[in-house]
Amino acid sequence: MTDKTAVKVRIQDLSKAFHTNGHEIRVLEDIDLEVRNGELVCILGPSGCGKSTLLNIVGGFLPASSGEVTIDGLPVREPDPRRIFVFQERGVFPWLTVEGNIGFGISDLPPKEKAARIAHYVRLVGLEGFESAYPQELSGGMKQRVEVARALAVNPDVLYLDEPFGALDSITRLVMRSELLRIWEAERKTILFVTHDIEESCQLADRIVVLSARPASIRRVVEVDMPHPRDLSSPRYLALRDSILEEIGLAHRI
Amino acid sequence: MARPVPTDSTTLETRHARPAHTLARALVPLSGIAVLVLLWDVALSVGEGPFQLLPRPLAVVRAIGELAQKGFLLKHVVASLFRVTWGYVAAVVVGIPLGIVLGWYRRGGMAIAPLLEILRPISPLAWIPLAILWFGVGDISAVFIIFLASLFPLTLTAMNAVRGVELVHVNAGRNFGLRVPELLRRVIYPAILPQLLVGLRLSLGIAWLVVVAAEMIAVSSGLGFLIIDARNAGNRYDLVVAGMVLIGVIGIALDAMMRGLERSKALAWGYTSVNDAAP
Amino acid sequence: MTTPAPVRPDDAPPRETKPRALEAILFPAFTAGILVAVWHAAVVLSHTEIFPSPLAVARGVAELARKGVLVTYVRDSLVRVAAGYSIALVLGIPAGIALGWYSGAARALNPVIQLLRPISPLAWIPVAIVLFGVTNVAAIFLIFLASFFPIVVATMNGVRNVPSMFLHAGRNFGLSAPALFSRVIFPAALPRVLTGLRVALGVAWIVVVAAEMIAVNSGLGYLVIDSRNAGKRYDLVIAAMLLIGLIGLVLNLLVGQVERLRAVRWGFNVP
Repeated sequence: MTDKTAVKVRIQDLSKAFHTNGHEIRVLEDIDLEVRNGELVCILGPSGCGKSTLLNIVGGFLPASSGEVTIDGLPVREPDPRRIFVFQERGVFPWLTVEGNIGFGISDLPPKEKAARIAHYVRLVGLEGFESAYPQELSGGMKQRVEVARALAVNPDVLYLDEPFGALDSITRLVMRSELLRIWEAERKTILFVTHDIEESCQLADRIVVLSARPASIRRVVEVDMPHPRDLSSPRYLALRDSILEEIGLAHRI
Repeated sequence: MARPVPTDSTTLETRHARPAHTLARALVPLSGIAVLVLLWDVALSVGEGPFQLLPRPLAVVRAIGELAQKGFLLKHVVASLFRVTWGYVAAVVVGIPLGIVLGWYRRGGMAIAPLLEILRPISPLAWIPLAILWFGVGDISAVFIIFLASLFPLTLTAMNAVRGVELVHVNAGRNFGLRVPELLRRVIYPAILPQLLVGLRLSLGIAWLVVVAAEMIAVSSGLGFLIIDARNAGNRYDLVVAGMVLIGVIGIALDAMMRGLERSKALAWGYTSVNDAAP
Repeated sequence: MTTPAPVRPDDAPPRETKPRALEAILFPAFTAGILVAVWHAAVVLSHTEIFPSPLAVARGVAELARKGVLVTYVRDSLVRVAAGYSIALVLGIPAGIALGWYSGAARALNPVIQLLRPISPLAWIPVAIVLFGVTNVAAIFLIFLASFFPIVVATMNGVRNVPSMFLHAGRNFGLSAPALFSRVIFPAALPRVLTGLRVALGVAWIVVVAAEMIAVNSGLGYLVIDSRNAGKRYDLVIAAMLLIGLIGLVLNLLVGQVERLRAVRWGFNVP
């Protein structure tokens, strides 16, 4: 029974600077954030602001310059299969089939169990019939589903998604968002989701963390107390979206 | 869910890729060779000068027949292939793991790659005096020369291929808890395979090119030896050119064999080799 | 306000610490130093009479320089390469363009090229000697042969692989055939062509040394063979080999610099 109020991911005083050829580039400034168990948190910010860097640090792929990330109280030092990163569809291994990709992290399981699990996730992401297809035969949206299935197959505690739908066309993006929610309802993982798309964050998140431009710091954290499915024409939704637009400083008319 | 539609990224190559008829398709290349042979014959039948010492096409064909008859054809071809195989395989066994290590450990690559780049332009022939010093005259020296010639391109190909592996894939592997040995086996190795195959093909071509040079080191068989000996022992230019033709044909066969290997792998996961990017 | 270099976290290496530019020079230098030390130790410890120590090689280079032979031989080799390579350029690029553009010609001549390509230039030596005697011209002919094929093939591929998109755009803007060629096709094909030029130069340098070992009486290749034959001067043999390697490296770097020019940089993965 997952404790809904327990803090899963804690980010404390996180700062990050890159040093290239004598210049110091400060990317993140004093990020403080707590993510609760089973929450879907969106990190929202313009391109290049450092949100991907933040996610990479939280995932253990980059060290922080100062501050700390802990998960279940333990500090994060390196990548771990309990916290899987979902890149854009290019993270899918081109030399493996759909089945091969999904089964990548569970190769230690006995064959029967492994096959059953793969089949379950193929069904979950809606790719029946494509088990033996190679990624180059798939569309962008399908590759993205493979990557999500691959991530879920190892039963991680936390999922990190780094602009996962960025390379997809807008129609597919809408479809993928509802798919993600459907999958999330089925397997309630903690999700940290990075995006630059305001609508996306409003449609998906329990909480929206709005970052400033580089060096990124947290401008505001918005609690979204709306149950799914969210009515995209409801006044409440529109008010939420508009408040964020205003926060970022964008006009209502184009 | 629909299959993806190909975007308009056609090139001249793809547009011209459909000849009208399979018969015409086979005839055109053959006609090119036929024209060349014809020109060759004509050029030799008119005019004077040192040019006349070169054999005419028919003489070359007869020379090949003569070699086959005396049993030399098989003997020389096998000898050359034998030397190439040994040298090439040794280079593969040494060079590819070395290249992978150099590519993976960035600092190792930085330390050693420039040194390889200095050794690479040294013609295999220039190694002959050292080869003879170390291994004496004969087969081992010849194989050593071939080994050297294939080693550098193979190592550098492997190294560059590893460096070129997409970071997303490496990170994904690490994310699933893979340690370095497993990372190399399950992510790096499959990722570099296409480039490796191209490199293997090109290095085999180089090895075959060099066997001629290698066989000039006082060995007594092989196509390279045939060419040198035919001239020295009697100005048999028909045999010389016969040797050259045989080298060319076998070279094409080896290349085609490697391309076949590439294609069978390519079909498996849609990797398209950069067409003849390097000769 | 200076704009800092764009930071792309995805491009950061798996290990956080990026090697610095200085390390790119120190590391190989350090390794070379160690190798030289090991070489020296091996020679001293094995009491070999024949194999030279690094010191002997260095002295050998000095000797060559003093006698004026060094400069002469290097010059001879470079001149031969320049001659053969230039002819290959002048003939090869137009040929490659023609083959790339006219698919019929390509299909007819490609097999011929594929047939001639694997024949080592060294195998052409007897033919070269018959035609030109044991002279400079024979060596230059061999270099030309060796450089010709990579240049033709690379140019041909460069032209064939220009995306139709670009051709359509050119025609859309009303370009005539020659203009289409000079303003669209050639620039688009340039990266591939340059790669072929780089490969051809590398091959030319290897072949000149080989050709000089057999067909002429000067140059670095000749130095390698002659030093051994005329007195087992292995110190000079190795000195010559090192020079060959270094000059080859320099030539490669020079072409690399051309690849960095803004006009063609887009075609290469220049960081």
